[in-house]
Amino acid sequence: MTGLVIEALTVAFGRFTALDGVSLAVDPGEVRAVIGPNGAGKTTLLDVISGITKPVSGRVMLGDRIDLTTRSEAEIARAGVRRKFQKPSVFPALTVRENLEIGCGPAVPAGARPARIASVLGEIGLGPRADIMAGRLSHGEKQWLEIGMVLAAEPALLLLDEPVAGLSDAETAQTAALIRALRRPDRAILVIEHDMNFVEAVADRVTVLHEGRTLYEGSLRGARSDARVIEVFLGR
Amino acid sequence: MSGAMQTVLAPPAGPARRAVRDPLVAGLVGLCLAVAVGLLVARPAPYLVNALGQLAAFAILAVSLDLVWGYLGILSLGHGLFFAIGGYVCAMHLLSHGVAVTGVLPDFVQFMGWKSLPAYWAGLDHPAYALVLALALAGLVAFLFGLASFRSRVNGVYFSIISQALVYVAMLLMYRNDTGLGGNNGMTGFPLLFGWPMGSPGVATGLAVAALVALAAVLAGTRLLVGSAVGRRMLACRDDETRLRTLGYSTTRLKLGIWCLSAMIAALAGILYVPQVGIINPRVLAPDLSIEIAVWVAIGGLGRLGGAVIGAVLVNGLKFWLSAAMPEAWPFILSGLVLVVVLALPNGLLDLVALRPRPTWLRSSR
Repeated sequence: MTGLVIEALTVAFGRFTALDGVSLAVDPGEVRAVIGPNGAGKTTLLDVISGITKPVSGRVMLGDRIDLTTRSEAEIARAGVRRKFQKPSVFPALTVRENLEIGCGPAVPAGARPARIASVLGEIGLGPRADIMAGRLSHGEKQWLEIGMVLAAEPALLLLDEPVAGLSDAETAQTAALIRALRRPDRAILVIEHDMNFVEAVADRVTVLHEGRTLYEGSLRGARSDARVIEVFLGR
Repeated sequence: MSGAMQTVLAPPAGPARRAVRDPLVAGLVGLCLAVAVGLLVARPAPYLVNALGQLAAFAILAVSLDLVWGYLGILSLGHGLFFAIGGYVCAMHLLSHGVAVTGVLPDFVQFMGWKSLPAYWAGLDHPAYALVLALALAGLVAFLFGLASFRSRVNGVYFSIISQALVYVAMLLMYRNDTGLGGNNGMTGFPLLFGWPMGSPGVATGLAVAALVALAAVLAGTRLLVGSAVGRRMLACRDDETRLRTLGYSTTRLKLGIWCLSAMIAALAGILYVPQVGIINPRVLAPDLSIEIAVWVAIGGLGRLGGAVIGAVLVNGLKFWLSAAMPEAWPFILSGLVLVVVLALPNGLLDLVALRPRPTWLRSSR
């Protein structure tokens, strides 16, 4: 079982403290949403987990053994962590199928890739578009392709940064259904999202960040009735 | 960084048309081999043979730059360094060979008052050793520079500027007369090639044919590379390196490998070039020459191997003709070509072939 445990994480950019002693534990099988106003440190949190930003102090443990703060992006990915970026990050000069092939990661042998790619294409509903250049996809299709790319490696920890940003209501509902279907006993999922209906649809628990600190942790219903949360975020 | 700078430096991302087959490259490989056979059969005028051979060497150099710039997004403004490494080692071989056969020391060695070639020239009269040394040296310099840059994540214009500085430093070094490499006069007066007198028509034909065959082989090899899984990772790295890293790939290793390969191809071009012009001097390390290589690639069509060849042949063909006919106009013509390409044909002259209705800068939503 490889859950995620973040202990007293502090990140500073110059004199600005983006994360200030944040602790967080995501159990295997759980879908956790991280919410909070702009500048709360949500994306920074994902940057630290995926190795793009190094913290000043604190640990990010994947399972019992691996401290992600000491690893490179590629090593973290190979340990089973995948991240979907806020801006859809697909490779425009490659076809949908080639994007997914790269998404399988270096660890999956070439022989095992076609079956994996076919199954992911089915999950994200891009089967008919498999051989066109990813640069030609619509915004929503790019979002799904990127989700497919991070799924292809069957990650133990999935990080989703605003997966429904810019999507229509129908696309948002489809994406929520897709993410619910990704829930597995051996997989932890961490979602950042502003859309509260979406959070309600996918998340088991929520963590509310505000100015780099944890303000609340628990059910979304509880967050909605928490006075401090209402003050800084929901009650705007 | 300014938007305009970004536009000029950025390879064509977006929905590139990337065909599985590349008829242009296949056609150019065929053409190179056909011209090589034609030279052997028809024996045209020596100056034409020589010009074709030099153009082939320049085309190899352009392909080497397109490989890293067009397919990996790394713009080197110092590729003249690797070209020069190949050229200098080739010149050392030719002079050592001459000394071994004739016993006469090269002019620059006599000028320095030395009684023999410097010690580190030992063994260079063996062509196989010289070839291996040239490629290995280019690869090693590229490896050290690439390792330092890519590990510290030096990218984009910063990398380009440092590569330019590197070639400039190398030029200053080679201008020194005490390096044993000819100093500011360089090395010339190569008497023999594999025992044959340098000026004979057979040698000129042989060199041109070798350059054309090498160009065909480099084109075919690099085309196989960019069409492979490694080539797809190169395009992925060019368009979004962070995305590729966070999918578990070491982009440092990928970039370093292709960078070193590119440097060795550039060295090969230098090896083929120097015996055809009969001289090498530090001018080949001048920064503007390295920039010109990027101009060839941009004019022909960045990110398409055939485009690099077309650009190198077209610009240098024009240069051969015009720098003799009206030398003072040449810099203006070259600058004009660059402006036309940047403004109207952002993907190079291959845009004309593709007959696109409007240039991309009119369509882009900047």
